[in-house]
Amino acid sequence: MIEARDVSVSIGAKRIISNVDFDMRPGEVAAIVGPNGSGKTTFLRALTGELPYTGSIAINNRDLATLKSWEAAAMRAVLPQATALSFPFTVREIVKLGLLGGRSGALPGEDDRLPDRALSRVDLDGFAGRFYQELSGGEQQRVQLARVLCQVWAPVLDGKPRYLFLDEPVSSLDIKHQLIIMNIARDFARRGGGVVAILHDLNLTAMFADRIFVMHRGRLAAAGSPQDVLSDELISKVFECRLKVGALPAGNVPFVLPQSAGL
Amino acid sequence: MEKRAAAGDRSARARFTIGILCVLLGLTVLFSLASGASDASAVTVVRDWLFPSLSDGSALSARDRIIVYDIRLPRVILGVLIGAALAVSGAVMQGLFRNPLADPGLVGVSSGAGLGAIVVIVLGGTVLGPVLAIFGIYTLPLAAFFGGLATTLLLYRVATRRGQTSIATMLLAGIALGALTGALSGILVYLADDRQLRDLTFWGLGSLAGATWTKIAAAGPIIVLVLIVSPFLARALNALALGEATANHLGIPVQRFKNVAIVAVAAATGASVAVSGGIGFVGIVVPHLLRLLIGPDNRYLLPASALLGASMLLVADAISRTIVAPAELPIGIITASVGGPFFLWILLRKRGLLDL
Repeated sequence: MIEARDVSVSIGAKRIISNVDFDMRPGEVAAIVGPNGSGKTTFLRALTGELPYTGSIAINNRDLATLKSWEAAAMRAVLPQATALSFPFTVREIVKLGLLGGRSGALPGEDDRLPDRALSRVDLDGFAGRFYQELSGGEQQRVQLARVLCQVWAPVLDGKPRYLFLDEPVSSLDIKHQLIIMNIARDFARRGGGVVAILHDLNLTAMFADRIFVMHRGRLAAAGSPQDVLSDELISKVFECRLKVGALPAGNVPFVLPQSAGL
Repeated sequence: MEKRAAAGDRSARARFTIGILCVLLGLTVLFSLASGASDASAVTVVRDWLFPSLSDGSALSARDRIIVYDIRLPRVILGVLIGAALAVSGAVMQGLFRNPLADPGLVGVSSGAGLGAIVVIVLGGTVLGPVLAIFGIYTLPLAAFFGGLATTLLLYRVATRRGQTSIATMLLAGIALGALTGALSGILVYLADDRQLRDLTFWGLGSLAGATWTKIAAAGPIIVLVLIVSPFLARALNALALGEATANHLGIPVQRFKNVAIVAVAAATGASVAVSGGIGFVGIVVPHLLRLLIGPDNRYLLPASALLGASMLLVADAISRTIVAPAELPIGIITASVGGPFFLWILLRKRGLLDL
């Protein structure tokens, strides 16, 4: 369970996030959506303990502010938007860094095989020996996800749920890999963990999110199930352009929805 | 062995390389002990030491013993310590700044340490007399340590914003700090008397000449301590390659770790500079070559750097002793004439890094 109460974040003199309440239960995929600059990433960085905040944030009833970094690392893993490296690490060496804390939750002796299994899950079989710096942006993003998966391989550890925080996990991916990654997130939640993901694609959000948090100008504009939140009025106001939920394009303009995959 | 290793896993190769480097260091140590301006025979000395009954007790073997024990041995030990310290502090600093171009010599840390040392050499007889009385032979390395520490902290402050280090800012700040410490050092040199000037010149050239057991006693413990601590920094340095925030998410107490790493770099650099002056480029060349060979995993890179740094400095010292024999070339000239072009080569290959 993640509970945030009245969270505000200021960077310098500028207030970025104001009075946000946020609740999510294990078993759920929670999506944070909103226009550019609405404070999504800043709020996620407060949830991960990266930025100082006022208000309170608790993970599994532990106050985030009092968690040591190794304790937090055993409870949640964080995927940043993009990670650049200045040293020539191989893909395997990067993924193995996820095992640094030693709390993957895999069976004893299985840790050595996790990097290969994680790479396989993100559709990067055979990439272990490649140099990270030579991969495309989307491939790098999936390598980082494999690392994050190694860190919290078991969604539940010692009877307590664990969490994935994903900052735009599918932003640089093609549609096949968007679906693969979102299915990994859903699977993690179904097996008892929790996922908080910043997403831009509203169709993908509607398809995979159990709960949607809509950010607008540093505040929470709405929270609830996709059916409750995705209304013409709300998204038109938040995204500041006239939008209609479920409307089909006029004439014979083709459109492709992720929901059609596998139909 | 290589074939069985999983793709992308270079740990077997790294361990093998470290083994080779151990042998290499052993050989360079033996070679350095056995060679020198005099014809003193290290073999004779070792034989006499192992089998005293074989000793002929002649004056010649006594002379050989003095040359090997009191001239060559301290110089070899100091060379090993300094070479290891320079290479490891280079590697740690590169990890800390997430940047293969960071080096204590290049970004002004050595100049800061040098300023600390010059303060002691020039003011030791007068203003700092009481301090010298308290800390004895450790005054010089301690002063160099604090000089290096102050510069490193300042540099990190200037070059790092929100956990990201700007390479251009770091190098430019290093130039500014180098100029500032150079100016302060210049004022002190201006104040120095003739005897102090001789000391300064001798020290400033960067040389292992004049290695004594006293110098080893002054700098050795600090360097050995840093070398012992460095393997414990390796995992955190690896995580830090992904950025400060991610290292924290992986469970590394980043702030505390950075403090330890900065103190370690300043201590090793300070101790080296205090006893051997400015020997440059070892900290850049050694880790860079090793990364090409075994990859950037600091668990292997740090010990390998210590070994190769020690070997390389002994070889450079051997060259400096023989190339213009019976005179000596300061070792700093050797390392700079190899390291300068090498550094340009890295720059040409990685020009993109500066635009990060």
